[in-house]
Amino acid sequence: MCLVACGRILPNRIIMSDRTVPIKLVAPIGEGAIARAMAAGQTAKMRTENLSVYYGGFCAVADVTLPIYDRRITAIIGPSGCGKSTLLRSLNRMNELVPSARVEGHIALDGNDIYAPNVDPVLVRRRVGMVFQKPNPFPKSIHENIAYGIKLYNGRMPRSELDDRVVSSLKRAALWDEVKDKLKQSAYALSGGQQQRLCIARTIAAEPEVVLMDEPCSALDPVATLKIEELMQELKQDYTIVIVTHNMQQAARVSDYTAMMMMRPDRAGEMIEFDDTQVIFTKPKDKRTEDYVSGRFG
Amino acid sequence: MAIISTRSALDHELQAIRDDVLRLGSLVEEQTERAVRALKDRNIDLARQVVTVDERVNELRYKIEEECLTTIARHQPAAADLRLIVASMHMAVELERMADHAAGIGSVVIRMGHEPLLKPLIDIPRMQVTCCEMLHQAMEAYVKGDVALARAVVKRDEEVDQLYNQVLRELITYMIGDPRTTTRATYLLWVAHNLERTADRVTNLCERIQFAVTGQLGDLAPEEDEN
Repeated sequence: MCLVACGRILPNRIIMSDRTVPIKLVAPIGEGAIARAMAAGQTAKMRTENLSVYYGGFCAVADVTLPIYDRRITAIIGPSGCGKSTLLRSLNRMNELVPSARVEGHIALDGNDIYAPNVDPVLVRRRVGMVFQKPNPFPKSIHENIAYGIKLYNGRMPRSELDDRVVSSLKRAALWDEVKDKLKQSAYALSGGQQQRLCIARTIAAEPEVVLMDEPCSALDPVATLKIEELMQELKQDYTIVIVTHNMQQAARVSDYTAMMMMRPDRAGEMIEFDDTQVIFTKPKDKRTEDYVSGRFG
Repeated sequence: MAIISTRSALDHELQAIRDDVLRLGSLVEEQTERAVRALKDRNIDLARQVVTVDERVNELRYKIEEECLTTIARHQPAAADLRLIVASMHMAVELERMADHAAGIGSVVIRMGHEPLLKPLIDIPRMQVTCCEMLHQAMEAYVKGDVALARAVVKRDEEVDQLYNQVLRELITYMIGDPRTTTRATYLLWVAHNLERTADRVTNLCERIQFAVTGQLGDLAPEEDEN
């Protein structure tokens, strides 16, 4: 069975690429965590392998090999300008929107290279959704904000089915109880925290498998932040989540794994440590991670 | 970033915790020395002082715990900072128990009254000196973050154990030889046991020092694992 979306005929199950990325048995960074994850039977939903991202001649991210485990939250931390957001955006090919951007190395989603020549970036972004730093609802009603994402990828569908999916997405984003009586109202009438949860609802309405979050709470107050963090714990039952955050306590609270990035002298971002979050925040191996999570870095 | 601007405040609070643990350590060392001196000199007043000062030790222990809790709540420390705080909390508890052992010796001295000693004190003062040296060195290792020194301290626990066993054998011999000495022998046995437990607790301190420095919990790692 096929679905029509954006003028394309899409198979129900999107096979993105035949080009598989060979599994490396030994990773240069985070071997301990990888071994523990393997022993616990965890599988990597995504995997970057020797990934470098360039903007023109400038290398923004250098040689990152990072596993992203299925239905776990992976935090990417590090000081400003170390390439965290670039790395995150490369995970759903969002960085391609910058004209001079290019990548070297591989990023695999379920073992298939998302940068293979025959892969449509739009389909990648359907499977790997993104939530941004500032809530960015469309200037439409709450209902239309969610329905837009559903219709974008699934084409026309019966009204009742569309409504059901809108309700289900709002419920999963823990927003339903607060908006059920005002679905026709403008999304702009919601508070910042509610708007961000609406954006999360819009993202998961497209039924992605991975959700990328780029500092999703940096524009929110502590109560709204707490709600988003609780929501992330709910969402990880069904989705793989990658979060970029400057808030060390947030990374420590919400994530299962943490990747620490730093800027090299040539200003390229590199991953210097990857481990269980508990290890990163209690006994990191790299002195630079120690200094950063302790607030000594400056 | 706010986290960087509060770093000096965190450093200040960590130093205050270190200073108080050090103060508690030296108070416990003094209590142990005074308790055994009270026994040697049969000085009941001094023994009473040891028992009274134990209250101050308890207060300092709770002060350290409060400081640790406040620092965690205010700064949400991570990594080495967090380990130092958690280790300090455990060490404060251990030190307070060690002071209880000293107070226990003080109580024995009070209970003995002016009853003559069963035998001349030779090994018990040696145990006390070794315990106090171990404690002093453990505190030095804590301040310097010196795991090698902590490991060296732990090795000395064997000296105290040997002295204890010697005292035990000797006192049992007395008791078997003349059951009327049992009460007086038991008093000395209690004293020796308190000192033996004090040395054991110093090894616990050393394990916490290792944890604060390296993150490794449990027995002190063998030397070859160092670095």
